[in-house]
Amino acid sequence: MDKYLDRLGIYAARLVSQKEYFVPGHRACQGCAEALAVRLMSKASRTNTVIACATGCIEIFSSPFPLTSWMVPGIHVAFENTAAVASGIESGLKAIMRKGRIPLKKINVVGIAGDGGTSDIGLQALSGALERGHNMVYVCFDNEAYMNTGIQRSSSTPFGASTTTSPAGKVVPGQTTWKKNMPEIAAAHDIPYVATACPSYPFDLMEKVRKAAEIEGPAYIHILSVCPTGWRLPPELSIHAGRLAVETGVFPLYEVERGRYKLSIDLPELRPVQEYFRIQGRFRHLTEEMVNKIQRRVREEYEKLKKKVMMTREG
Amino acid sequence: MATRVGMEVSIAAAEAVKQANADVIAAYPITPQTHIVEHLSELVNNGELDAEFVPVESEHSAMSVCVGSSAAGARAFTCTSSQGLALMSEIVYAAASLRLPILMILANRSLNSPLSIWNDHSDVMSIRDCGWIQVFAENGQEVYDHVFIGFRVAEDRNVLNPFMINIDGFILTHVIEPVELLEQEVVDRYLPPYQPLYRLHPDSPVSIGCFGPPVLFTEAKKAQNEAFCKTMPYIIKAWQEFGDLTGRYYHPIETYRTEEAQTILITQGSLGETASIAIDMMREKGEPVGLVKIRLWRPFPFEEFRKAVRGAELVVVMDRAVSYGGPGGPLAGEIRSALYPQEDHPRVVNFIIGLGGRDVSPEDFVQMAQRAKATPGQWYEIYGVRE
Repeated sequence: MDKYLDRLGIYAARLVSQKEYFVPGHRACQGCAEALAVRLMSKASRTNTVIACATGCIEIFSSPFPLTSWMVPGIHVAFENTAAVASGIESGLKAIMRKGRIPLKKINVVGIAGDGGTSDIGLQALSGALERGHNMVYVCFDNEAYMNTGIQRSSSTPFGASTTTSPAGKVVPGQTTWKKNMPEIAAAHDIPYVATACPSYPFDLMEKVRKAAEIEGPAYIHILSVCPTGWRLPPELSIHAGRLAVETGVFPLYEVERGRYKLSIDLPELRPVQEYFRIQGRFRHLTEEMVNKIQRRVREEYEKLKKKVMMTREG
Repeated sequence: MATRVGMEVSIAAAEAVKQANADVIAAYPITPQTHIVEHLSELVNNGELDAEFVPVESEHSAMSVCVGSSAAGARAFTCTSSQGLALMSEIVYAAASLRLPILMILANRSLNSPLSIWNDHSDVMSIRDCGWIQVFAENGQEVYDHVFIGFRVAEDRNVLNPFMINIDGFILTHVIEPVELLEQEVVDRYLPPYQPLYRLHPDSPVSIGCFGPPVLFTEAKKAQNEAFCKTMPYIIKAWQEFGDLTGRYYHPIETYRTEEAQTILITQGSLGETASIAIDMMREKGEPVGLVKIRLWRPFPFEEFRKAVRGAELVVVMDRAVSYGGPGGPLAGEIRSALYPQEDHPRVVNFIIGLGGRDVSPEDFVQMAQRAKATPGQWYEIYGVRE
């Protein structure tokens, strides 16, 4: 019997370190999947990490002076410059290690920002840092709007979603543009590693962060972070909504490793997008016609992604 | 022995950054700053300077890279001009509040519009209150010297504040001047390697740049202002020690023939050299005029300034920037408020000159001094307008 109990320990969750680097007591909303994603990311990147954090929810809920939730060192400077600050940290550490002023040590430099700080105002700094090839990880926590300032639309807000600056009005039914494809933009920089992740799939997320930290050169991870407050859904459905985003194909999980695409979960059949929309207040106003339009687009995009996987397959 | 060579001021500045053994240089090209970073990238690529040269995609990122690397414990340098400063100004403020000892050379150039690549001081005046120590250099030697002085002051544990050297675009950056270069051994003695108080490193985790709730923000700003004001003696000490090593002594306020002067001209930057020629011309005719040059712009040396103009009846302030709808130029506003608490303060007349690269000759200074004297009640004038 003891023998079998021992083997139960092999269950994946038990293999993950019990140590926390992003600790409780912070001020995130109930059911904030972003806080969970940050916690998982920190577990994966571990102690040898320096964080550069953009202005936004994470910064506000994790570090009101004189408190901090971070067990690893970090700096917040401004909204749009996280990738530049991270590349500065990387360059600085590299120079002073090379010149023998501090001992040589592998340190993961990780830049973190929201979707606004990444796909809108921070895009230029990010593109510059990726192009220059700094050895750093950049993680975008995408909750699909400017949640910290009160749910305003960003270029990462999905088509049809109602936000405070793309409200579902009598004439215009919410967001009129399609979500900017940040992972593809990052991949177009020909960097060694790009991945999408979601805290509803914790082991997958941690594995990707670990991989990104190990790879030499810039890595980009785009994490869908369900926001119950902004998406208008009950906090207890946060993890469920993340799963539905993946299972409907709205947010596919994949990696682009040295130009090779690989699906993390290959779904034989996508669930209807309506299942994902139904639980969220921000999509409540969608007409059947709009849902169908989105459904078609999701299928097309998923097929496109699968083609990329086929085309870049080894051998 | 120190060697005296003819050298473009930008090259001398870059050579100083090399001798100061900077660790990270981040810069984006903008005229007239370019020669400095071009030469620095040459020095790095030729293996003469062991540093990371980060060719960023904007000035905003240039300052952000400096902030990141300085917080990691590296000696960071950047330089810019005009629009570049305007773009990075958000992070210029942050660098000061984060108390990071970054050194920046600002090759002064006017701000748009209309577009002008030429010199005035509208760029630096736009960030007057950013919390950086700001000095104006008058010639190439001062630029070269202040790279070492700047790092030394900024990294002093009693200071820990970024430092900015203003040098007039083209008028200084692009001219060849005699510069006395220091022996490396002298530099190393004056400027030891940077030892940060805190640094971003996993061995001693810190959270830097936390947000300030209203209950603490005012206190944080008061603490910053107090710390900033207290930098003055350490700046003066660094100048003194530099003088002891090199024989070149600098002061917050420099005076030229102010003894018994009834009229005193006030300048910043390279205007000082031209103005001193005008002073000689007027003195030769027996006119009691003198010159006061403001080297240290922030923190402003109120006491030294009041002392320098004591006894004068008329103070003529030369501004190289406009404060639209304000008290004339920004420097004149400063001078007036410095003199206000004094009973019997001199009359202050302000001329705005040398905008967008407009030449200012010694004769212009003579004319302005005469006009100020002859026009009671004059407040300010944009001088030399072609009508």
